[in-house]
Amino acid sequence: MTTATASLSSAELAGIRADFPILAVRVNGRPLVYLDSAATAQKPLRVLDAEREFLEHRNAAVHRGAHSLAAEATEEFEEARGVVAAFIGATSDELVWTSNATEAINLVAYALSNAAFSARYGRLALHPGDDIVVTEREHHANLIPWHQLAQRTGVTLRYLPVDDDGTLRLDLLDEVVTERTRILAFAHVSNVTGTLAPVAELVARARKVGALVVLDACQAVPQLPFDVQALDVDFAVFSGHKLYGPTGIGALYGRRELLAALPPFLTGGSMITTVTMDDAEFLPPPQRFEAGTQRVSQAIALAEAVRYVQGIGMERIAAHGQALGARLAAGLAAIDNVRVIGVGERIGLASFDLVGIHAHDVGQFLDDRGIAVRVGHHCAQPLHRRLGLTASVRASVAVHTTDDEVDQLLGAVADAADFFRGAR
Amino acid sequence: MTSAEFASLYQELILEQAALGHGRGDPADFHPQSHQVNPTCGDEITLGIRLAGDRVEEVRWDGRGCTISLASASLLAGIIDGSTTLEALGLIEDFRAVMRSRGQLELDEARFGDAVALNGVPRYVARVKCAMLAWVALEHSLVQASS
Repeated sequence: MTTATASLSSAELAGIRADFPILAVRVNGRPLVYLDSAATAQKPLRVLDAEREFLEHRNAAVHRGAHSLAAEATEEFEEARGVVAAFIGATSDELVWTSNATEAINLVAYALSNAAFSARYGRLALHPGDDIVVTEREHHANLIPWHQLAQRTGVTLRYLPVDDDGTLRLDLLDEVVTERTRILAFAHVSNVTGTLAPVAELVARARKVGALVVLDACQAVPQLPFDVQALDVDFAVFSGHKLYGPTGIGALYGRRELLAALPPFLTGGSMITTVTMDDAEFLPPPQRFEAGTQRVSQAIALAEAVRYVQGIGMERIAAHGQALGARLAAGLAAIDNVRVIGVGERIGLASFDLVGIHAHDVGQFLDDRGIAVRVGHHCAQPLHRRLGLTASVRASVAVHTTDDEVDQLLGAVADAADFFRGAR
Repeated sequence: MTSAEFASLYQELILEQAALGHGRGDPADFHPQSHQVNPTCGDEITLGIRLAGDRVEEVRWDGRGCTISLASASLLAGIIDGSTTLEALGLIEDFRAVMRSRGQLELDEARFGDAVALNGVPRYVARVKCAMLAWVALEHSLVQASS
């Protein structure tokens, strides 16, 4: 992250806030303070307009049909792919549309197990004796698909543990990631701690032992300049709805030669060349992995969301998020009995435990003031268990978040502590 | 600084009951028993009953949860201890109907006593599961007892 980059001026921030219609909503009689962007981001008007405009004027199924609208829709759909691919440092043939990051990880996991049944696409098949390695702080979406893959293929799933702060135990890396490791899957930024994984060290170890790297980039892509080439990962996944785009659209990046070596996950229309009653020939990537009617308007709207953040600049969005994240973490830590989860370089996200007070109770108190946060285990039960918690409260910022909103949260957390403690 | 709705959800009695934990303890020797989890937050309760004939002599529970779920478990123990299994099943049914009513129904004080303090819950749809957790565990225990 670049701290030297200028963040957003207050005038600019006011303009950005005007781009998001939902920020005018009142919740429980109070202006909405939306601090749950890590769960899903709000949408700027131009993203909503892009989707509606396409549906009103150019809607058609893509990669089939020869009528004018079909041709125009196909062109626009592929143009959107190019925009999103370039945004993450990839080329169009390396970007597969999926419903979301969860589907993208499942695509990789199922394609890898399908490889075992394919004479033609058998190179990447896993075998008993191989290891898949994840970390102890993964989102369930980057854990359960690997549980299932391990169970289907008879390989062993291992994990890199975290310490008491939730930091990855790099001292154990060489012990856990070994010559047996075929896949190393981890989150670039933890959705619980908001802190960055040491991507370079992890990738270097994977390269040394010949393992493939699958990067969960869900929290990184909306908040950091992100480049698959610079990170040197084999696969990366993210969801459009966290990047100010619609739900139902996400992406899988795969290194060209790896996508070419993988058999499909879902099969059906639009992913084939020749079909007989016995078998089918598949198209090359990315179409090989895009069976069925595609999410055209969503892809086009996601490309518009990408243009929106590019217009502001990812370096500056990162600086803005980092400044707010630091303000959040420092402000929370200064409140009595607040335990902030995670240490080190963080994006605009902080999870915390108000010791002795349940996250749901804190969340309800905040909601009463119109402040939206995430409460619960954030789909990371193993990490919470390791940290001795059942649930935590998570506040996460977006490009439209202000210092004042962070301060409102901090004040409300202090008041919640008084309210629930006073009663005991 | 808090709204009327919030104040009615987190009444003093609710906060007191959550801290008091009537019936809270080790349920190891209480059978049948049931373990229930709220998957959205990971909260859990283990609740067991001691039966004497057709009477629930005592409810014993332990668990982790928010103020609403702990208060609800505590209030449940206060009401159910000493009731017949048939009465208990009727109370569960009525409690569930009120909790799912989105504020259209209220708990009857004659039958539910202090638990009417939970009348603030139904308007907060996301919290109904919290209030129901102990009641679902009790229902599951009673069903096991009858089978």
